[in-house]
Amino acid sequence: MTIRTRFRGRAWTFADSIDTDMIVPGKYLTRLDPESLGEIVLEGARPEFAKEVEPGDIIVAGDNFGCGSSREHAPLGIIGAKVPVVVAENFARIFYRNAINVGLPVIEAPGVTELVSDGDEIIVDIATGTIENIKTGRAVVGTPLPPNMQRIIAAGGLVGIVRQKLGLDPAPSEEEDADVIEL
Amino acid sequence: MTFMGMTLAEKILAAKAGKDQVKPGDLVDVTVDVAMSHEACAQIEKPFEAMGAKKVWDPDKVMITLDHWVPASDEMSAAMHRKIRGFVDKWGLEKHFYDIGHHGICHQLLAEKGFCQPGRLVLGTDSHTNTGGALGAFSAGVGPTEMAAIFATGEIWLKVPQNIQVVVNGTLQDRVYSKDIILAAIKELSTSGARYKAVEFRGDGVMSLPMWQRLTLTNMTTEMGAKTGLVAADATTYNYLETLSDPHIDYKAPDRADMEKWRSDDDAIFQETLVIDGADLEPQVAAPFSPDNVHPVSEVEGVHVDQVFIGSCTNARWEDLLIAASYFEGEKVPRGTRVIVSPASTNIYNRALKEGLIETFTEAGAMFLQSTCGPCFGAQGGLLDAGEVCASTSNRNFVGRMGHREGRVYLMSPATAAASAIAGEIVDPRKVNPKKVRLRGPDGATKAHSLNKLLEVAA
Repeated sequence: MTIRTRFRGRAWTFADSIDTDMIVPGKYLTRLDPESLGEIVLEGARPEFAKEVEPGDIIVAGDNFGCGSSREHAPLGIIGAKVPVVVAENFARIFYRNAINVGLPVIEAPGVTELVSDGDEIIVDIATGTIENIKTGRAVVGTPLPPNMQRIIAAGGLVGIVRQKLGLDPAPSEEEDADVIEL
Repeated sequence: MTFMGMTLAEKILAAKAGKDQVKPGDLVDVTVDVAMSHEACAQIEKPFEAMGAKKVWDPDKVMITLDHWVPASDEMSAAMHRKIRGFVDKWGLEKHFYDIGHHGICHQLLAEKGFCQPGRLVLGTDSHTNTGGALGAFSAGVGPTEMAAIFATGEIWLKVPQNIQVVVNGTLQDRVYSKDIILAAIKELSTSGARYKAVEFRGDGVMSLPMWQRLTLTNMTTEMGAKTGLVAADATTYNYLETLSDPHIDYKAPDRADMEKWRSDDDAIFQETLVIDGADLEPQVAAPFSPDNVHPVSEVEGVHVDQVFIGSCTNARWEDLLIAASYFEGEKVPRGTRVIVSPASTNIYNRALKEGLIETFTEAGAMFLQSTCGPCFGAQGGLLDAGEVCASTSNRNFVGRMGHREGRVYLMSPATAAASAIAGEIVDPRKVNPKKVRLRGPDGATKAHSLNKLLEVAA
């Protein structure tokens, strides 16, 4: 199993309770592909985000990120904006599952909003749950991505897992579980 | 081994996992009884086909309707609808597909057609799937990729949630309804207070409520972040399921002998308890921009309303329309206020048409739409401009929810919304005397009925 576990990028900070209407407003829900959703993602929270975000930038948010609807457009838009990982104090449950299912790693790290200011360079390790602020040298340890979810991410999302379950793709062996690449 | 008492939520998940006992935190693989989707089905096709399944695991257990953009509001939604019809045909899902004209808001159809039953695991691609828990089911929302996996395998993994009980004691005052209970509960628990948790409503103030009011309670557990909301099965549940006016094909009412099974054990463990005194409860209103920004109506009276929306999966059942009609009867909506009414399903629309209830609204100057989710989530059928205020019976008042990001939505019961529509500003519905409601009988004769009598019959 191969999984990217470390991400380094510039942080975009967001407040508590960023709901799915702020991530992808209702008027855009007929858009279905990540690229076109990426053009408007988070418009309701920080209108400049979609225009200025660079590939590899990281979202750092407060409590209950993704609360509201079950729209998968929300994590797809974040993927479309080329954001590789989202860190929050905690997540709303359907957003959390949707993100993992479409292959977007999400890490719960209580204290991260105190640790990181907008624009800071940070390192996120999803295997250990560690968030490090390069500028201040400080870090917080959140919850590592649980093994079953690491397997979903490694399979590229839930599609890959179901293909393994249906016997269409080989399932990774237990030994391979430890095989991670750190970038 | 000794068995510990389980909550209703735990009992259902244990049964679906084939286990004698589960506890919060357990990860369980469970089998799904009902898999529901709406326009999100347009997003199921791609992952489903990528998963490589040769068939949908059990088409009898799949229910699909169109509700969010009905009728299609633009070329993109028309394309979504066409894609869904193609998917339904290709994979043999016609049996429980409710296309436009037979459609309804998915959560209302799940209830009124008998899909939600005590002890069932119901999953849908909509966050308000929690609604079905009013019928003693474990009913929850998932995303479309997750639903594709369910279509392929009939299974899903779930984490057994912790449990919160909301106990309501006493009988509600006249013109105070379950919407006021749930808004008061969200105020206490906040929009994140029940994250990942199951919320069960208990107490005489809940078990005395008819099904149409219970569905409003469980519906808005989503606004607390809950995984599901539930009410134990009782005689009300089985009475409802034995008297459905338009059940789905092959419907069989559940066996009453199981009633005892689908309720929490006396020694079940609830990690948190919230007690609400029902008898003291005032009408409640959630002010912008969060469903937990809740105030007694007395604190927001006098706010001018540009638009009133009576609709959505939360509060647009037949009885909700009767309540609203009692305020519109013989009145006129004042200049400067517009009213949009949309029933929760085509069946309710048809009944309102047949019994003349639509006229009560349209004669007062309200606009009566077909069943749609459109206005609630800002897609179509009544959006807001900057600075406009909407009094709404729906469930969310986030920034930009109903159109412009500077539009302001106040959430309330149908009684409060209807009374406010006629006043042109938010008012306490207890200050306005509701009138008798005119309905046309089977003989074609129109008679005026007292609202509470009609609601008793409905219960």
